[in-house]
Parts: sequence; structure tokens; C-alpha cells
Amino acid sequence: MVTSFNRKTALRLVLIGTAAASLAACAHRPKPSFPTTSSAPPPVAERQTTPPPVAPVTQGALPGSVQDFVVNVGDRVYFDFDRYDVRADAQPILGAQADWLKRYPAVAVRIEGNCDERGTREYNLALGARRANAVREFLVGHGVDPGRITTISYGKEKPVDAGSGDVADQHNRNGHTAIVSGARGG
Amino acid sequence: MRLMTLVLTLALAALSFGVAAAPARAEIEVNVNRGDVQPLPIAIPAFGGGQVGADIAGVISANLNRSGLFRPLDPNSFVEKGLTTAVEPQFPAWKQINAQALLNGEVTNDNGRLKVSFRLWDVFAEKQLLGKEFTASPENWRRIAHQISDAVYQQLTGEKGYFDTRVVFVAETGGRGAKTKRLAIMDQDGANPSYLTDGSFIVMTPRFSSTSQEITYMALRPEGSAIYLFNLDTGRRESLGQFPGMVFAPRFSADGQKVAFSVERGGNSDVYVMDLRNHSSTRLTTDPAIDTSPSFSPDGTRIVFNSDRAGSPQLYVMNADGSNPHRISFGDGRYTTPVWSPTGEFIAFTKQTGGEFHIGVMKADGSEERLLTSSYLDEGPTWAPNGRVLMFARETSGGASKLWSVDVLGRMQQAVPYPGAASDPAWSPLLQ
Repeated sequence: MVTSFNRKTALRLVLIGTAAASLAACAHRPKPSFPTTSSAPPPVAERQTTPPPVAPVTQGALPGSVQDFVVNVGDRVYFDFDRYDVRADAQPILGAQADWLKRYPAVAVRIEGNCDERGTREYNLALGARRANAVREFLVGHGVDPGRITTISYGKEKPVDAGSGDVADQHNRNGHTAIVSGARGG
Repeated sequence: MRLMTLVLTLALAALSFGVAAAPARAEIEVNVNRGDVQPLPIAIPAFGGGQVGADIAGVISANLNRSGLFRPLDPNSFVEKGLTTAVEPQFPAWKQINAQALLNGEVTNDNGRLKVSFRLWDVFAEKQLLGKEFTASPENWRRIAHQISDAVYQQLTGEKGYFDTRVVFVAETGGRGAKTKRLAIMDQDGANPSYLTDGSFIVMTPRFSSTSQEITYMALRPEGSAIYLFNLDTGRRESLGQFPGMVFAPRFSADGQKVAFSVERGGNSDVYVMDLRNHSSTRLTTDPAIDTSPSFSPDGTRIVFNSDRAGSPQLYVMNADGSNPHRISFGDGRYTTPVWSPTGEFIAFTKQTGGEFHIGVMKADGSEERLLTSSYLDEGPTWAPNGRVLMFARETSGGASKLWSVDVLGRMQQAVPYPGAASDPAWSPLLQ
């Protein structure tokens, strides 16, 4: 047990080292051109179940920053009850996420799968993992290097909407693309 | 004799589960009309020896009352005062208030330790059923009260009690969406809560070993999840090891030598089992569906688990090596969190149907399903070690999660007297 633990720890250290090296390599690449805010698709409201955008579009976000990603691209897509297939209204948002991530290759993200409270804890952990993976597969399928993406399921532990009821439940069934490193500025 | 007959009827009614299972016609009627099962009237005067004597009698009385099988009588109605363990009670005085059983006792100081003696009487037969003595350090007076409760329960029902036990759970503070979750432990009656983690990371689903003072639980951090083994006596914490994806839903086998759990990889969750003696793990399911919440049968030969391989979450039983998985839940709705009972006869679960959540039990083959509770969100039952009571978490719409208990017949449903918000309870075995 101890042996295998140590071996895995060592492996992990190597991986972290690799990631650091690739980050360093990125610093020497030419800077990407600035994206225009119009490249982000407008929010799609095909369904009643689509929650409204969280914040109004801000023109002042530094391109390549976390704020730019959250405001101009959208860091969250929503799912139907007990489903993990990427909805039609989520596809343009994830497509824009993929484009943005390809434009800023130093950025690493963590996809967080979230569920509403109308399920039990362990099943929701498994369901959230499916959602996170669905987002991950979409991004990878659209050309994002899988090495830049980690996934985690929060199950129903981290609701973005503290309310109860259908609207809160819709908000809380989501996949959140969180930038963990490599973004510009603040 | 009348007392014993009543108690036997109670015990049989509690044991039998549906018409087909009952062996005799008389008990069938009691079982079907569950409202007919009357809790046994018992008189528990304050034990002699001052405040601690009164406190011990109070804890015993509350324990027996919460079981739903006993009805402690109002001490104001007692006719005989100043009863001591040195003499026989005046039985007519207890018959007069219709006490079927009488429990009296005394606390004395034995070189700085508490010595508690008690006697249990059958009032109408006018005979002593039980007399015992416990000694402990003064700060452990509640444990003595729980041990006496267990002795009375066992004498009068013929089954082991469950009062000298603890519950490990997740204590919650903070509003919805910003909860701090700490691993916590308390006595089964909500007393003596203490906290085992500091809330700096999310903890979930603690479970007790049924053979030792050891628990297993899941920790969730943004970097990943972990399953820990934590020894309550030594304070030693050990990780189950590192896995390629998330790990969750740990639960000990009944012999304490294995942990079954889920490993997620690429979005797919499967059931694994680890032998704690050599930390070797084996994958038991390979279905692309969600497979989680494994729970061993008490004899270790089978595992019940949760899977949505048929399109919605349902309960499945497989052999402990993963062979022969077959579905056992067929009712309307979504079934999750199966837990095998300590007796092996039943499986408790959470069921979601009609917009409500229920705690239910079914026979291990899936037959005779019975829903015990109904609310906005009831979740995650855990069995008392005698298989008679289930504890679970209940959340109202927009409210905090609280711990509740219900007896296996669904007659006695009540909040656990822990003052804070809490979830994921797990019952310990009887303390040694």
C-alpha cells in the first residue's frame, strides 16, 4: 500500500512538473490576437428552462481574462432533469468556450458538474460527473487539448441558486467551466 | 404473565412484515392494524441519589419513549414515593396507575465512581424481572443510562437494544449555497456532539464500521475527492488510495475488512471493493450506467447498489464478486441509497415519487415494499444496530437539513434532538 501510494504521488509530481513546463513554454509564444466581443454568440433563449444571463455584458473586460471569459463567453451551461446530454442552447456557449480556450492556450480549466437538490447525494455525485464529462468531451471535440481540462462533480453540494423550486433547480443543474490558471490580468 | 404476553405481542407485531410473513393469525391482525399496537406503560421514578439519579431516569425514560414500544408514565401520577431498591415496591400502588412495568434504581458514590443499581419489575405478576449494577466515572453517567435502557429493552422485547450507540453525521452551518460541512459525532439521542473535521473541505456520507470504532467518509475538494478511514479511538486518518477519477459512496462490509465504493472515470461511475488488509481493489461493475451506493449484506455474500442502467435509478443486487446483478425495485419512481439491514432481512432506501421523497424498506428480494415517510426531501437512511429504527435526513423546501428517525413499522417518526442542521447520519454498532 505504502509503495503504491508513493509511486502514484511521484507520478503526480511528474505531471505537475510537465504542466509547469508547458506553461513556461507558452510564455514564449507570440501573443494571440485580441478577440472581439462580437465573436461570443448572443444568449440563446429557445426554451423556457433557459436561465437568464447572470450579468450584463461588460465591454471593459480585459481580453483573455477570467472576466472576459465569464461575461463575454459564458462559463455555465444548463441541463435537463436527470440528463447529461448537451442541450441545443448550450452548444453555442460551449463552442464559444472552445474558441476562447484555443485563443488563450495557456488557460487551464476545471469543469464542475452540478445538480439540483431533487436527487440523493451519491447519485447526484455520479450525475454531476457525467455532466462535467459531457462538457469536457464537447470542448475536446472542438479542439481543446484534453490536458488542459480537469473535471469534478460537486453533486448538489454547490448550488448557484440558494432557492428551492423549479427555477432554482434549473439554475443548479449545470456544468461550470472554471478557469484555474493561465488567464490574463485579474 | 400479562406483561410478558403484551410484550411478546409487541415484539411479534414488530417482527412480522406484511400478512404473508406473519406466522399466526392473532398477530396478523395486530400487524395490519398497526394503530392497535399499544406502547407498554412503564413507570420510571427518579433514581435515588440526588440530581444524577433523576437525570439518569430522565434519559432512560426519553430513550424508551422514543422507541415507540414503551410509554413512560407521568411521575406526577406516581402514588408510591421514596421507593428504594432495598425493598419490594407496593405493587397495588403501581397497578392503580396501570403501570405494567416499573424501573427503579439508586446511584451511590463508590470511591469517586458512580455505582448505579436498578431493578425492573413486572407489576401485575408482582415479580422482579431484572436487577443489575453498573459502575462508571461520573462524566459517563449518560452511558450508564443508555446501558440500563438497553437492558430494559432487551428484557421486555427479547431483542438487543440500540441506545448505547453513537451517530456520525455531517454538521451543517451557513446558508444554502454557502454551507460549511463538518464531520461530527454524537450520542444516538443527540447529546455530546463533537466535531471531527474543521470545515475547510466538504465532507459527505460518513459510515460506521460495525466491528470497530472506525468510520469511512468522503472528502470533496476542488482538486478532487478522497475516501478516508478514520479511527475514532486513535484519531488516525488514512486515505483509501488514489484513483484515476472521483471516489465516493464508501461503505464497510459487515466484518469491517472491506470497503465498497464508487470510482468515476470519464463520467462513468462503477462499484469497486477494496480489501483493507492488503489495499487491493477490484472492480465489480462495468456497465456504462451509473453504478453507486453499494451496501453489503450482513453475511458478506451479496451487495445491493444503485444503478440507472434501466433508464432511471433503481436498486440491484449482485454477488459480492460482481456476478449475477439483478434488479429488485420495480415500483413507480426513482430508488436510491439502498442499505442492507443488520439482520439481512430488509433493504432500506430513498424513493422519489409524486414530487416527494420517501424513506422505505423492502425485503431483500424486493418484495413487500413499504414507504415509512414522505416529505419534500427525505434521504439516506441508516439502520440502528438492532434493525428496528432508521435515522435519515429531512430537508424542507428552502429550509435546513435536520436529522429524523422512524421505526421500521413507520409508527414513530420524530426529529432527533440535535439542535443544528445536519445530514448523512450513520449509526454505530452497540458500544463495547
